[in-house]
Amino acid sequence: MKSTPTALKILDAASALLIAAALALVFGYAPMERTMGLVQKVFYFHVSANWVGMLGFLVAAVAGGIYLAKGTPRWDVIEVAAVEIGLAFSLIGIVSGSIWARPIWNTWWTWDPRLVTVTVMELIYIAYFMLRSGIEDPDRRARYAAVYAIVGFLSVPLTFLSIRMFRSIHPVVITSSQAQLSPKMLQTFMFSLFAFSVLFVSLLWHRVRLGQLTAHIERLRLKLSE
Amino acid sequence: MSGDAPITSLWQATRAIAWKDLTAERRSRELLSAMLVFALLVILAFNFALDLDPKTRGSVASGVLWVTFIFAGTLGLNRSMATEKDRGCLDGLLLAPIDRSAIYFGKAIANLAFMLIVEAIVFPLYSVLYNVNLFLPGLLLTVVLGSVGYVAVGTLLSSMAVQARTRDMLLPILLFPVALPVLIAAVKASAGYLGGLPMEEIIPWLNLLGVYDVIFITVAFMVFDFIVEE
Repeated sequence: MKSTPTALKILDAASALLIAAALALVFGYAPMERTMGLVQKVFYFHVSANWVGMLGFLVAAVAGGIYLAKGTPRWDVIEVAAVEIGLAFSLIGIVSGSIWARPIWNTWWTWDPRLVTVTVMELIYIAYFMLRSGIEDPDRRARYAAVYAIVGFLSVPLTFLSIRMFRSIHPVVITSSQAQLSPKMLQTFMFSLFAFSVLFVSLLWHRVRLGQLTAHIERLRLKLSE
Repeated sequence: MSGDAPITSLWQATRAIAWKDLTAERRSRELLSAMLVFALLVILAFNFALDLDPKTRGSVASGVLWVTFIFAGTLGLNRSMATEKDRGCLDGLLLAPIDRSAIYFGKAIANLAFMLIVEAIVFPLYSVLYNVNLFLPGLLLTVVLGSVGYVAVGTLLSSMAVQARTRDMLLPILLFPVALPVLIAAVKASAGYLGGLPMEEIIPWLNLLGVYDVIFITVAFMVFDFIVEE
């Protein structure tokens, strides 16, 4: 295994710059929201974090499908990496949402469909890691994890749908017809989304490398013990 | 062992596996009695935990019933795969010259049968204990749809959990978050029937249950081979 590839180093620098630029846009460029004030600024990174969370779980489900079809260990490593990043970013989404909700909804938490769905998603992927840690045979572990990543991901839209049939109070900022944002806000928001997506790719790459190195060490250990 | 009539078709193999489980259960009655006693204990616990007086009873009845069914169902799902694994029967099943999906469908049908039997006994008991009539056709349909969805995912996940070190603990942790839509839709549909709501408020929940059943039976059918592959 070679040292960090140049492309990854460039990507790291790019994501650091982009996140810094997104922060600057959020606080310097986007206008202050009239009724909510300063706390509305959490919105840009809140939605971006949740987007990365969903992206992580989607990538994991797709990687799981490819793993089952092909059986190459590489896809298992990608799947774990994506789930880990998804878990971390969904948690960031929940926490930042709570910070916004305290002054706006006057409560840290409410049983709204989006909130519950994200929480159930966190639970599914925590269970995913418990499943992995419970199985020793690497090949079986990878197969079971892939199956669970797919089954878990498929249940998410149904969970969301079932909870949405209750009343929802979560603001819907982006609808299919139009975004309820001023142009400057929209630009900032899109930029944040982009910055977080780049960050996601960079983190995923790092985590996949880490996973491959771990597998490499395991193989070396096995050789030593033989 | 004559070997002249090998079981080939998926349906025949499925039926044979389901029949094997049901026969074993008919002779031992271990699982059903455990599920049943457990279900009654859960209802008893709810009775005191929620203080089920006549007023609150109406609003929580469907929730109490479904939590009872799901807990008792987990007991059955855990057990059905564990017996195969412990006595080495799973290897025998895998060696049989049949489609692997037959193992899944056979197991799922047996699990569904156990769950429905428990429900068929809990229903009249609950009706008598709390003086409500649960025998509404729509409610029975909801119970069947909900149980099918729960067992479809449960059988798949229990055949994974049984291979893990922490298997008894693992199944509910894997199953509950994924089966949440079943629980929500089943509770809402049942509450609708019990509360005498108009059909147009219940239909969406039944649709959701139906969609869930179809999706997860299909997925389980597609991925089960990867779980038992050696």
